[in-house]
Amino acid sequence: MSGTSMTTRAWLLMLPLLAVMIAVIGWPLADTVGLSFTDAKLVGTAGNFVGVDNYVKMLASSNFQRTLTTTTIFAVISVFAEMVLGVLAALLLNQQFYGRTVLRGLMILPWALPTVVNATLWRLIYNPEYGALNAALMQIGMLDAYRSWLGEPGTALASLIIADCWKNFPLVALIALAALQAVPRDITAASLVDGAGPFARFRFVILPYLAGPLIVALVLRTIEAFKVFDIIWVMTRGGPANSTRTLSILVYQEAFSFQRAGSGASLALIVTLLVAVLAAVYAVLVRRTAGSTS
Amino acid sequence: MERKSFPFSFFIHACALLLAIIILAPVAWLFIMSISPAADLTAKPLVWWPQTVDFSRYGILLSSVENSAGAAFVASLVNSILVAGMATIAALALAIPAAWAVSRTPSVGWSLYMVIATYMLPPVALAVPLYFGLAHLGLLNSVFGLALVYLTILAPFTTWLMKSGFDAIPREIEAAAMMDGAGLFATLRIITLPLAAPVMATSALFAFLLAWDEFFYALLFTSDLRAKTLTVAIADLAGGRVSDYGLIATAGVLAALPPVVIGLVMQRALISGLTSGGVKG
Repeated sequence: MSGTSMTTRAWLLMLPLLAVMIAVIGWPLADTVGLSFTDAKLVGTAGNFVGVDNYVKMLASSNFQRTLTTTTIFAVISVFAEMVLGVLAALLLNQQFYGRTVLRGLMILPWALPTVVNATLWRLIYNPEYGALNAALMQIGMLDAYRSWLGEPGTALASLIIADCWKNFPLVALIALAALQAVPRDITAASLVDGAGPFARFRFVILPYLAGPLIVALVLRTIEAFKVFDIIWVMTRGGPANSTRTLSILVYQEAFSFQRAGSGASLALIVTLLVAVLAAVYAVLVRRTAGSTS
Repeated sequence: MERKSFPFSFFIHACALLLAIIILAPVAWLFIMSISPAADLTAKPLVWWPQTVDFSRYGILLSSVENSAGAAFVASLVNSILVAGMATIAALALAIPAAWAVSRTPSVGWSLYMVIATYMLPPVALAVPLYFGLAHLGLLNSVFGLALVYLTILAPFTTWLMKSGFDAIPREIEAAAMMDGAGLFATLRIITLPLAAPVMATSALFAFLLAWDEFFYALLFTSDLRAKTLTVAIADLAGGRVSDYGLIATAGVLAALPPVVIGLVMQRALISGLTSGGVKG
């Protein structure tokens, strides 16, 4: 078959997917861009053209700046903790011990638990009056009085980060474990013969095998953490006193709670742009590690 | 093989025990709450293991007596199955031809990368126009409308997985069948699709789990029993004035059961899908 007819055939086969993607992603995205330059409300008026007013207003608002900080803290701490705990768990699961197969199997549990169920579960654990965390800490004498973990601005974000880490570090562990199992035995054996200590072995023999898969996991987890909505909505709705309000929650409130579709759209696009910049930085990083290890 | 000293082996076993407790304790507590009498869950000090095991909440939630908590739960369970099922089938129907085309004709690959790049988009960037669009079509609060919206998430993801699946099938096998006189569609039907069956199954499971887990669009675009999914129903329970925490826990256990069973049984396939997709990009 000739080159051009192959290409035509390929386009025909892709047509249904592309048509649906344009309808459910392309058109809404373009419409969001259009809306972001208007003062449209969710119900009623179509809105007037207001230029870049929405963007200026949103970027200058203290709400946006505070929310951006909260989101960054949430994303950086939870993703960093997930990576460290994930690699440590993978190194452990790669050792010899009784029940290893069972423990490897159990690691899928937190990943499989739906996000909303995970959020509900931790909300019950943190419950100020009857929660298991308060009860356990009281009974072992680490706490004098029950606390409202999700109700105090000082502890709410940290409590959310713990719940998020618990759900996501096992996946990082499983990805890292798969990479560890690909490290050839003779290389680790040779490094032992050459007298490499455990840290040198990790840094120079094992880490090169882990780097590729880990960076991909890092990229995907960071993008997800930056877009986070579900776990926060179910556990705190952004409270108390907006101390856990992330960007997606702020957009939701602006566009749907306050029904300001125009400024909500501009805010959504600012978030999209931030994620895109993040992804571009990572793309460079991925290319560099790919170049250095292969 | 390296000889392990006793202290080292002891240390490894202690760490493994700690990891097992970290993973299991929250899940176990969810289940224990679901079978504890309500009084035990509000007792001080807390009763960690119920004197009498009480499975009645499972019966309450799975009964279909009208206007009961059960009727609402069962309706949302059915909605979740319908939405996730329809969206999965539609996503695969769109993804399979497109993924095969890109795998065999790399010159059109850039369009696929544009589709995959939409993964970065936060759902909030599409939510307002999708809301207007569904309202215009009369598809707000409808399982069909929600399934359509879920294609924004499922279609790029399944296309990505299916493409790496097709890449692993040598095109020489297809060429050989065509040399023997089989047409294109006969070749695909007899040779390619059966070979790609495991990847299709993995993609379908992933897609179903993604849809089962989805919350944001379901929260926005559904409002009552006709379309509310499990995730929204559980968030309603957790955020509402339900006084029996055990009932919330039971709903959580039931919603978690399908993905947990799929996860445990299909672990090997899921992990290889995640890592191969991740590594090949």
